[in-house]
Amino acid sequence: MMETRNVIGLTTLGILLCLVVQPVFAWSLFERYQPQVLVSDAYIELRTGPGRGFPIFYVAGQGDEITILKRKTDWFKVRTPRDKEGWVHLSEMQHTLDLEGEVINFGELDQGDFSHRRWEMGFNGGDFGGANSLTAYVGFALTPNITFQLEGTQILGEFSDGVMASANILMYPFPKWRLSPYFTIGTGIITTKPHSTIVQAEDRDDEIAHAGIGANLYLSDRFMLRMEYKRHTVFTSREDNEEINQWKAGFSIFF
Amino acid sequence: MESRLQYIFLESNHWWKRTVCILLLMLSANVALAAQPEELELEPLVVREPPTREVDIDQLDSEDFEIGVYGGIMQIEDFGSDTVTGIRVAYHVTEDFFVEAAYAQTTLGQTSFELLSGGAPLLTDVERDMTYYNVSIGWNIFPGEVFVGSRWAFKGSMYVIAGAGSTEFGGDNLFTINAGVGYRLIITDWLALHIDVRDHYFESDLLGTMEGKHNFEFSGGLTVFF
Repeated sequence: MMETRNVIGLTTLGILLCLVVQPVFAWSLFERYQPQVLVSDAYIELRTGPGRGFPIFYVAGQGDEITILKRKTDWFKVRTPRDKEGWVHLSEMQHTLDLEGEVINFGELDQGDFSHRRWEMGFNGGDFGGANSLTAYVGFALTPNITFQLEGTQILGEFSDGVMASANILMYPFPKWRLSPYFTIGTGIITTKPHSTIVQAEDRDDEIAHAGIGANLYLSDRFMLRMEYKRHTVFTSREDNEEINQWKAGFSIFF
Repeated sequence: MESRLQYIFLESNHWWKRTVCILLLMLSANVALAAQPEELELEPLVVREPPTREVDIDQLDSEDFEIGVYGGIMQIEDFGSDTVTGIRVAYHVTEDFFVEAAYAQTTLGQTSFELLSGGAPLLTDVERDMTYYNVSIGWNIFPGEVFVGSRWAFKGSMYVIAGAGSTEFGGDNLFTINAGVGYRLIITDWLALHIDVRDHYFESDLLGTMEGKHNFEFSGGLTVFF
C-alpha cells in the first residue's frame, strides 16, 4: 500500500515537474531573441571574454552578418558567419546596422538616462541620532520631478537596535543637473529593541514622520551617489516627542 | 489532336456529344470571364511587406545578475571558528564594478573562559546562532584569462570588495563593515566559482568592555549568471 502511494506520489511529482520545467526549456530553446546585424565599419574586434583584459582573437569584416547571442554589461556575445563566437564592446557594436541598413539604438547610458530614470534602488549607511543606520530603498519616478520611495532602515546603537519602515515623496527641482538636489517628506513606523546587556527595558513601536534634504550625484552608467539629511519626529507614548537627526550617504543604481 | 477535335465537332455522328462539348466550352469561358474581374479586385488587397527585422537591444538575453551559495570557515574573535554557509546576489553594473548582497549564518563556539571555568555558559543556544547580512561594492581589479595546464583557458577576475551590514551576535544586532578580496573563475558563460577572504568588523561589549572585533571568513562558492 505504502509503495503504491509512493509510486503515485512520485509520478504526480514527475508530471508536475515536467509541467513546470518544460515551458522553461521551451522558452529557452525557442523564444531566445538573437537578432542579426551587419558590420558597417571596416571590421569589428571579437574578444575571448566580456572585458578589456581579454585578447582579441578574431575580426569580423565589413558586410558580415553577425548574430547577437547575449549581453553582459556593455559587452555583446556574437557569432560570425564562420561560426566564431566572441565578445564585442558596445562602442564597436554601434558601428553595425540592422539588415535593412538602419542604425540600431544600442542604448548607451548617459546623464539623460539619469534624468529620466524610472526605477532606482540603493543602499546607504550613516548616523541616526548617535547610532549607526543602514538603509535600503526602492524608488519609482512618477515624473522626472517627483519620486515615490519605500525605505527600510536598520538602526544599530550601542544600547539598542531597531528597524524603521517608511514611505517618502522626493521632489527634485532640477532633475537635469548632474548634482541634483531634492526635498523629501515621509512617514513610517519605528521599532526599538534594547540590547540584551541592558536590564529592565522593553521593546517599543512608535510612529515617525520626517522631512529632509539631499542630493544625487550621477557617476556613470547606472551609478549614482546619494547624500541625505533627515530630521525625524518620533511620536512616543511619553509626554514629549523625540527629535532625531539622521545623516547618511550611499550609492544607488537606476533602471 | 486536331483530327480528334475535328472528329468531335464536325465528323461525329453523335449530335448530343457535340452539344455537350460546346456547352462545356462556353461554360468554362464564362467562368474564366467571371473570375477575372474578381481577381483584379483582390490583387491590391494583398500587401506584401518584408517581415520587420528591427533590432531591439532590450529584448536580448542579458546576464548581469549573479546568484549563488557559498560555504567555508568563519573565525569569530573569542568564540573559535565554525562552518559558515550563505547566499549572495550580485548585479554587475559595469565590467569593472558590481554590487553584492549577502546573507550567511554560522555558530558561535565557546570562549576560553567558558572552557576553563568548566560551566556557566555565556550564551544560550539561540544566541549562539550568528547571522549576518551586508551590501558591498566590488571592483574587478585583475580581469583576464587564467590557464589551467596546457589545455584549458578560463576567464576570471580578482576583485576587492567592501561594504556595510549588520551581524546578529549574541542576540544583538551590530553594525558591521566588511572588506576583502576574492577571485571569480568563470567556468562557462553562466557558471562561476568563487574563492573569498573577508574580514567582518564590529564592536561589541558582550565580554564586558566595548571592543572592536575582527572576524575572518574563508569561503568558496558557486554562482550562476542570469
